[in-house]
Amino acid sequence: MIIQGDEPEQIRLLRKLYPKGNYFMQGDEAIAYGAIFAGCRFYAGYPITPASEIAETMAKELPKVKGYYIQMEDEIGSIAAIIGASWTGLKSMTATSGPGFSLMQENLGYAIMTETPIVVVDVQRSGPSTGQATKGAQGDFFQARWGTHGDHPIVAISPISVEDSFWETIRAFNISEKLRIPVILLADGIIGHTREQIRIPDPEEVEIVYRKLPKNEEEAKYPFGDVDGSLIPPMPLFGRGYFTHVTGSTHKETGLRDVYTPEVHIKLVNRLHKKIEKHEKEIEKWEEYFTDDMEILVVSWGVSARPSLGAVLKAREEGIKVGLFIPKTVHPFPGKKVKELAKKVRAIIVPEMNLGQLILEVQRYVNDDVILKGVNKIGGVPLTVEEILREIRGV
Amino acid sequence: MAKEIYTKYKMARYLRKEALPTALCPGCGGGTVLNAFANAVDQLKIDPRDLVVVSGIGCSAWIASPYFLADTLHTTHGRAIAFATGVKVGLPDKKVVVISGDGDLAGIGGNHLIHAARRNIDITVILVNNFIYGMTGGQVAPTTPFGAKTTTTPYRNIEHPLNIAEVVAEAGASYVARWTTAHVYQLIESIKRALQVKGFSLVEVISQCPVQYGRRNKMKEPAEMLRWFLKNSIPISKAKSMSKEELEGKFVIGEFVNRQRPEFTEELNNLIEEVAEHFGLGDEDAD
Ligand SMILES: Cc1ncc(C[n+]2csc(CCOP(=O)(O)OP(=O)(O)O)c2C)c(N)n1
Ligand code: SF4
Repeated sequence: MIIQGDEPEQIRLLRKLYPKGNYFMQGDEAIAYGAIFAGCRFYAGYPITPASEIAETMAKELPKVKGYYIQMEDEIGSIAAIIGASWTGLKSMTATSGPGFSLMQENLGYAIMTETPIVVVDVQRSGPSTGQATKGAQGDFFQARWGTHGDHPIVAISPISVEDSFWETIRAFNISEKLRIPVILLADGIIGHTREQIRIPDPEEVEIVYRKLPKNEEEAKYPFGDVDGSLIPPMPLFGRGYFTHVTGSTHKETGLRDVYTPEVHIKLVNRLHKKIEKHEKEIEKWEEYFTDDMEILVVSWGVSARPSLGAVLKAREEGIKVGLFIPKTVHPFPGKKVKELAKKVRAIIVPEMNLGQLILEVQRYVNDDVILKGVNKIGGVPLTVEEILREIRGV
Repeated sequence: MAKEIYTKYKMARYLRKEALPTALCPGCGGGTVLNAFANAVDQLKIDPRDLVVVSGIGCSAWIASPYFLADTLHTTHGRAIAFATGVKVGLPDKKVVVISGDGDLAGIGGNHLIHAARRNIDITVILVNNFIYGMTGGQVAPTTPFGAKTTTTPYRNIEHPLNIAEVVAEAGASYVARWTTAHVYQLIESIKRALQVKGFSLVEVISQCPVQYGRRNKMKEPAEMLRWFLKNSIPISKAKSMSKEELEGKFVIGEFVNRQRPEFTEELNNLIEEVAEHFGLGDEDAD
């Protein structure tokens, strides 16, 4: 039951169930509703704080829009099930937090290698290990990028508010469908559990992207071939009589395994990278404030972006020429843009709820003559405007 | 000299020609399982377009994927059943079959196996039990007999083997059977029944791995292993009146359960209907 072709009925259902207007909800709930508006009709997951409300909302809402909810036996099974469902054409999602995200890493790599569109939500919490299980954090920046093994591209998106969580979830699905790749939504427990007002749009205001399907039998013979020069192969879904073979091992364009010919591996893995590079402009997204006349730049992401904006506004009132850059797509990192901005300033401040992760990425694009300083906080309590402002005043 | 592929055999039309010859060792029981499966599909006149075959990682995982000509999903080690769960929900009208090894399905994947049985999702699992981790070089498996030699139990195995068929039957499967590769006709009948049962079905096939298991346990030749199976197989009806001691080292064969229980994907779809009705989301005209 894919919603493609079923839009009029789905639009009617969405309008009836969630009439447009203002709602008061948590970030986790906003992610679930975003997924439903994006066309997600299969969810498999395993409970974990602070992501459980996503599962609970999906369990309650999915049957209403003719979607499927399954609670699996663990996170490994959850991501496996959504990959399986995606090959039948269902837009699929799972959500978890740090420990569960660690368990998903092997199959995340499988989804990358098999070019399977899925959305994996990581509502970040404090670690390592069980850490402060109920507290938010931003410690999975690199787990999202390098958690699974091997050379691979990844797309990860990080929302900055409850309303943003709704829209960025939709964007995650659209990128995933368009590029036939898993997309990670790098949320966090603080926004996940914060209640705010958000506007639910009319379903027709929401742009929905569907994966490309093979136009004919001939195209379907190459589930991993660049049949139209876009580097993104059309996806021959299961059950359509194509006899498609899918494997996580290195495969030829036909899908058949070939792990012995270096060229086959080189070509495949390079195409996986190239298709992301080619579409980087569409994937990248950021917010920019006061960057025209700045002398200091604040770069922040996710839950730390809002206190950063608060600090920048206050500093501006004090006459400090400071700008703000918030990458919404954190991987691939918009490094070119950061490089360009870095040339204009004498100092860069990077506030985040960890001991310094995004700052390492920023560092790669900054010359030695620029002062680079992190504002780092762990312990589960979000950064305050004052803590960031202090650093801005200090540089 | 190029290897000759024998394609005159009727069942060869169910195979992916470009993937042949298979990578299985000569004399491996995997070939028998593939043959039995193809025969079952043929006898039931199932269109391979209505089949999705999923497997994990191991020699036995290769039996159907890539060799069987259907939609095939070759997944990560141990996870085939979890992948198949998503496939079945998306395609409730297709037959979803998992073919893989004992290490894959009952070792690393044991959790998924018992929970799929508990859920009673309509998936057919053909579990190839060769008592060993064949692909990785003959290490001990959760099914290795007590006392047997493997590369990681070079002196003798001091762990007790898992009785897979019994565990899965207890977990709630609709259909469970066990045969050996020396019982081909019974095996085909059981696979046919498993494919027709609505609910979770498991056919455990005790299979010879002469290369990794036989060689280390005084059965170098495939035929010696088949003779071992035949000599020690006890029909389940007879086993019922035997003591645990008498059954030590024997292979109980036959049907363990064959019953009807509510099936998962059907229940899931019923639930959706009920929810729609409850919230008045039926087919009435748009407001
Ligand atoms: C996560 C993971 N762990 C380990 C392996 C290595 N591995 C590949 S096949 C296999 C054992 C397969 O044994 P079994 O399922 O019994 O199949 P057989 O080869 O005996 O048919 C193992 C451990 C792997 N591929 N992935
Ligand atoms: S190693 Fe054993 S199980 Fe694997 S193909 Fe050879 S005989 Fe078969």
